[in-house]
Order: sequence, then C-alpha cells, then structure tokens
Amino acid sequence: MNRQKAKKPLGSRERSYFFILLPILILFFLFNTLPLIQGFLYSFTNFRGFGSYDWVGLRNYADLFGDGRVGNSYRFTFLFAVVSTVLVNVVSLILALGLNSKIYAKSALRGIYFVPNVLGGLVVGYIFSFFFTYILPAIGTALGIADLSSSWLARTDRAWFAIVLVAAWQSIAMNTLIYISGLQTVPSDVYEAGAIDGATGWKRFRSITLPLIMPFVTVNLVLSMKNALMVFDQIMSLTQGGPAQSTESISYLIYNNGMGGGQFGYQSANAVVFFIVIVAISVFQMKYLGSKEEQL
Amino acid sequence: MNQKTSVKTRNSKNVPITVLLLIGCITIFFPLYMTIVIAFKKPAEMTNDIMGALKLPMQWSLSNFSEAMQVTDFWHSLLNSMVITLCTVALCVLIHPLAAYAIGRNMKRHKFYKFSYMYLVSGMFVPFAILMMPEAKLTAFFHLTNWAGVIILYVVFYLPMDLMLYTGYLKNVPLSLEEAAYVDGASVWTAYWHIIFPNMKPMHATVAVLAALGAWNDVMTPLILMGGSGSNTLPLAQLNFQSQFSTNYNLAFASYLLALVPILVFYLVCQKQIISGVINGAVK
Repeated sequence: MNRQKAKKPLGSRERSYFFILLPILILFFLFNTLPLIQGFLYSFTNFRGFGSYDWVGLRNYADLFGDGRVGNSYRFTFLFAVVSTVLVNVVSLILALGLNSKIYAKSALRGIYFVPNVLGGLVVGYIFSFFFTYILPAIGTALGIADLSSSWLARTDRAWFAIVLVAAWQSIAMNTLIYISGLQTVPSDVYEAGAIDGATGWKRFRSITLPLIMPFVTVNLVLSMKNALMVFDQIMSLTQGGPAQSTESISYLIYNNGMGGGQFGYQSANAVVFFIVIVAISVFQMKYLGSKEEQL
Repeated sequence: MNQKTSVKTRNSKNVPITVLLLIGCITIFFPLYMTIVIAFKKPAEMTNDIMGALKLPMQWSLSNFSEAMQVTDFWHSLLNSMVITLCTVALCVLIHPLAAYAIGRNMKRHKFYKFSYMYLVSGMFVPFAILMMPEAKLTAFFHLTNWAGVIILYVVFYLPMDLMLYTGYLKNVPLSLEEAAYVDGASVWTAYWHIIFPNMKPMHATVAVLAALGAWNDVMTPLILMGGSGSNTLPLAQLNFQSQFSTNYNLAFASYLLALVPILVFYLVCQKQIISGVINGAVK
C-alpha cells in the first residue's frame, strides 16, 4: 500500500488521537482485563463467593484433573462442539450453494433461512424442548420407531444430540450467509474457464469453489467451534445439564457451581483452563486452516 | 456447446433446487407454526395425542396472551430490553468507530497504537465463562447491577469484533479526504465527524445489526447482573417464568411468542439491511 506519511505530525492532532483512545482503553481494562486477572487470582483461593477465603496455591488445578464431573463436562462440550461444527458447516455449505444458484424467489428464500438466527436461543430452546418431549415421541410411536418413542431429552445417550440439533438449527443461518458471501466473491469467469477444462459438478466444487472460499471456511469453522464450545442458552432451556449431568457444558458448570454452588474459587480455576483451551484451539485452527488458503 | 444453448442455460432457473429449498423451509416454519398454534389454544384443547397439540385451535383465544403478559410483566421487560438494546447499539456505533479511527490511522506509525489494537482484539477470545464471576463482583462494587451495567458490559464485549470490522473498513476511506480537511485547519474531531463517520455508514449498519441481535437475545449477562433484582429483560422473564409455571404449556407458548414477536417484526422490517449487514461483516 502506498500510504503517505503525514508530513509533520502536529502535536495537537497526536494528542487528540491519544485522548480519544485512552478512555476506551481504560474502560476495556476495567471491565474485561481486570475481571480476567481477578478470575485468575480467585483460581488460587477457596473463595465460595461470599465470606472469607484462603490461598490454596495450585490445589484447585490439581483437583480439577481428578474431578469426574469436570472431566465429563469437557467430554460433553468437545463432543458437542465437534459434531455441531461439522454438521453446521456441511449443511450451511450445501444450503449456501443452493441459495447462490439460479433459483426462483432467491432473496425471499435467503430471508427465510436466516430467521432462526434472529430468534433468542433460550426461547427457541423452550420451544424445541416441547417438541422433543411430546411431538417427536408421538411421531416415533405412531411410526413404530423405537428410538424416537421416548423423549431424547430424558435419555443420557441421546440428550446431547437433541442439543446439537437445536444449536445447529440456529447457527446454520449465520454460517450459510457467510458462505453465500464467500461464494459471491468467486468470479464467474473462473467457472467458465474451468468448464472449458471439463470441471463440472463435484469436480468443479472440489477444485475451484472450495479452494477459493477457503478464507470463509476458516472464519466459519473458527466461529462455530468457538460458539459451540461456549454453549449455554440451549443447555439452560433444554436439559439444565441433565439427565444425570450428561449434558453439562463447561460454561454451564462454571455458571451453576460457581455462581450458585459456592465453588467460586474452584470454578475460576476451571474457567482459566477453559480459556487456555479455547485460545489454543482457535490459534491452531487459524494456523492450520490459514495455511490452506489460496489466492487467485 | 453453441452460443445459443449457453445463453439459454444462463438465464433459466433451477427448478429442482428451488423445490428442495422450499421443502427445507418446513424446518424453519414448523417450530414457528407449533408455537403460534399452541399459544392461541385453551388448555382443554391440548389432548394427549400429537394432533391435539398441533391442529389449529377451534377458537383463537387471546386469553393466554393477557395472562402471560401479566405473569412475565411483559411491558416492563420489553421496555428494559428495548432500553438496553437501543443504548448498546447507539454507544457501539458512537464509541467503536472512534477507537478504530484513532488506532487505524496511527497503527503503522506508532507501536502504542499497534499494541492497543492487538490488546483490544485479543479480547475476542476471552470467554464469558471466565469473566462472569469477577464481573458480578465488580459490577456490584460499582453499583451497576442493573441495565446500565449490562449496557457497559456489552459495549466492552463487542469492542474487539467491532474494532476489527471498523479498522478493516477504514482502510477503504482514503487518507487524502482528511488531509484536505486538515489543510483547511480542521481538528481531528471535525475531520472525524464530517468525513470519517459519514463515510463508514455501511459498517455502522453491520455493527448495529450485530449489536442489536446480540443484546436483544443475550441471557447470560443480564442473568448474572440483574438476576435477583426483580427487573427483567425479555429472555430473562422467560427464564423466570419457566421455573415457576412450567405446567401450563398454552400460557408458556403465549409468552414465548410474545418474546419472539418484537425481534421478528424488526427482522421483517429491516430484513434487507440485516442480511446485507451480516454479509458486510463476513467479508470484512
């Protein structure tokens, strides 16, 4: 980029920039960095959220690794995150390809498929909770499908998948839109040139479309993975972590036991570990996927 | 392939894909249909089989709605949600581009601004789970366990993402525009308000849409800050409602529908801007 340097940085202008930014930095430090540091400090105490507390060193961290409930929440959260990320991205990519092709009522259809994203996760969860508790078992019984005839939300081996479906239902909308905007960046003459070389159908998608929209795949994978790891609303409205703690996500466990269960210090340690895990995964995803991006 | 057929295929629309996409819409409409139908029914109509729940009500009854409005203190919650959302949107659109302007125009020249950018954007990876407990303490200390606190937190939490969007967009606003203003003796403030701010309109729309959807639907932040205060946002009212009156489904669905309608109406009215706003944000 050919950007000229300001000839002579005027003192007053420099000062204005600085004084614009300063309050924002202070605000951000106060309500984001400070709590982060506090959380880190609390993780070395046995604070219950009230009353007095002592420093316990690394005991919380040591206890975390032996805690079956915490281990369970990590297992559930990762299973949930991986399955829903794959499901969401496969479906959104297919939907985006459909919605980007030459179809009737294109903008209306795009509008309809985005609706789930504007609705609140909690209320959507409540509505689907009724669907899973009453409607789906009724359909299962009527059709004689044994697996559907009892409520998934009450079964330890199925509740997680019900949550995947609801969370996917909502986040597919956003991912589809991002993929559509990605598909629009591929110039049509690339396809025409590819058609001359015989690239059609699957081959065309595999060797032209996908490499060119790779930046959008990266964005979508990082976003949906991050959102899925932090799943909360759907758990709150569908299962509250049950049955038998089989759907307790890490966020939900931290909220539940940290805010209400007197484990402020202990869950702070859990939150610190969770933070490190999220950063590690996001950095890995961006590094790995970023290397696969291609430019025209 | 001769010229004629290729022109023809270019203009014709793909019917099978359209049909498939229309069928797929059922997955969107069915939950909404279920909500509406149950919300308008009397409990007596909810027979045990699936048809009893799903068929159209014999007479559309509004009584569920008036009762649900009373139980969830609807108007009060609606007002809270609206105040929080509007203030969040307004503050995000006022403050975040300012930060982006100060940082974006100086990032290349000064380490301080470069560092500020990295510092603020890295906030994107801090999960709310780690912040929520200290945040509850902190806001209690500042007497901010109310909607004002919720707004401040949103403005802080949305800053990393918005800063990225705005600084990215700022690169498209030519520097020469401001330089001309500076030559005419304008200050940073006047240059910002007269040149930069109006020039970033498309990004304002994006940021406003994302902030509005985020603030309107969020449960976690108001739950942690205002959970015990007796004053609710719309989602929080649903949460409290659910824990108290979970047996009457018709009443519950009326309250769900009441919570969904404002955002659905908003979406129907601004659908074009919302969709293009999100696409803008995705492209960066």
